[in-house]
Amino acid sequence: MFRHMWIFLHKLASPPHFYGLAAKMIPWFYVSGLLLIAYGTIAGLFYAPADYQQGDAFRIIYVHVPAAYLSMMAYSIMAISAGIGLIWRMKLAHAVAAAAAPLGAWFTFLALATGSIWGRPMWGTWWEWGDPRLTSELIMLFLYFGYMSLRAAIDETSKADKASAVLILVGAVNVPIIHFSVEWWSSLHQGPTLVREGGPAIETAMLYPLLGMILGFTLFFGALLLARVRAEVLHRERRSRWVRNLILGESA
Amino acid sequence: MTEPANPTLWQGFAAVVKRDLLLAYKRPGDMLNPLFFFAMVSTLFPLAIGPAGDQLKLLGPGVVWVAALLSVLLSLNSMYLSDLEDGSLDQLILSPQPLPLIALGKTVAHWLVSGFPLVLVSPLIAITYQMPTETIGVMVVTLTLGTISLSLLGSVGAALTVGLSRGNALLSLLVLPLAMPVLIFGARTVALAAADDAVSAGVYFLAAYCMLALSFAPFAAAAALKISNE
Repeated sequence: MFRHMWIFLHKLASPPHFYGLAAKMIPWFYVSGLLLIAYGTIAGLFYAPADYQQGDAFRIIYVHVPAAYLSMMAYSIMAISAGIGLIWRMKLAHAVAAAAAPLGAWFTFLALATGSIWGRPMWGTWWEWGDPRLTSELIMLFLYFGYMSLRAAIDETSKADKASAVLILVGAVNVPIIHFSVEWWSSLHQGPTLVREGGPAIETAMLYPLLGMILGFTLFFGALLLARVRAEVLHRERRSRWVRNLILGESA
Repeated sequence: MTEPANPTLWQGFAAVVKRDLLLAYKRPGDMLNPLFFFAMVSTLFPLAIGPAGDQLKLLGPGVVWVAALLSVLLSLNSMYLSDLEDGSLDQLILSPQPLPLIALGKTVAHWLVSGFPLVLVSPLIAITYQMPTETIGVMVVTLTLGTISLSLLGSVGAALTVGLSRGNALLSLLVLPLAMPVLIFGARTVALAAADDAVSAGVYFLAAYCMLALSFAPFAAAAALKISNE
């Protein structure tokens, strides 16, 4: 049984095999992701009851929560693939990390933007330094920018892979510490915090659309990531025989 | 001729520290510039904000910490650059001494040249910001722990960006987000001390962070040096 698993993993790590497999998986991810997002949007915006405190403004969580979760998820994916790439020298893992970075940065930005839009009616300001999650999300965005800039600054792909992998691993050790310290810092701020920890239990009519959105966003993210990794693999292997055969085969 | 005895780990480490200190001594400008920068930034704030004493007292800890962070950052870029330019970085990597130990030696020398003078000068700046005398002790302790952590974190960033054409701006982008916990705990602990609050938690955190950085950063820096130099 283990032998089969190893063969599967080995095959997966080979670029041409991955390229073909990903092409088959992407439509499934897109369809299921978009269906779930459609369900979550309709159920969340029209059928879920308005919050008794926040009114309709709470509905932005249907975008905010999945985006914030994916901003962390993308970073974890990058850290894990960077580790795999460094330890087992698997090139595909480096390609995954490189492809995930702009997506992660984008979801982080989305989480920041929706959080700030939500903050306007709730806190009366676009930005509230006292909220630890906004601040640590901002630092997260800077970490993504640093990673992408380092990649962009190194011309040689294999060198950029390894250097950025070291950076992302150092960052991954720091992320929990940053979150913890930002939380400690904001708890020292004076004035009441409007966001209450563990507020009223969420109603199922609100919860199911949210879960649908989270899963839908994740599947959509998966589709985008696979498509980006495919493009990345194609670019990296542009001088290899299988890419040549692929292109000749398609044009013939 | 007798075979030269292999130097011990300690001898190798001491040789790297000694060499970097000697180089810094021969070029005092490298050492003094960050220090002047630190003093200048601290002067800019009262000029920009106004001389009101209460405000300055509130701002003092934060300003000192931000200025310290920026001035350590300023000196980071040159950490491995001159070694790369004159080829001695290759020799250091090829040497039989373990590379993390060499990276640690260079970090220690960097701290002695950039962080330590900063700690020594900081009480002067604290006095001009009218910070209470009792908080100056806390500030010196937190700055000591903080600048050591910054040198260690920075050594990884410097090793990653050594030899890159846009290295300097990139280095700030890489190191600053990672340095946030040090800034937060450093500045807030000094502010707490100024408000007569308990400071031990912040100091313990900084000490713990410093130990964590001390245990991991030399290895990450060594890995980064090998990658940048292959």
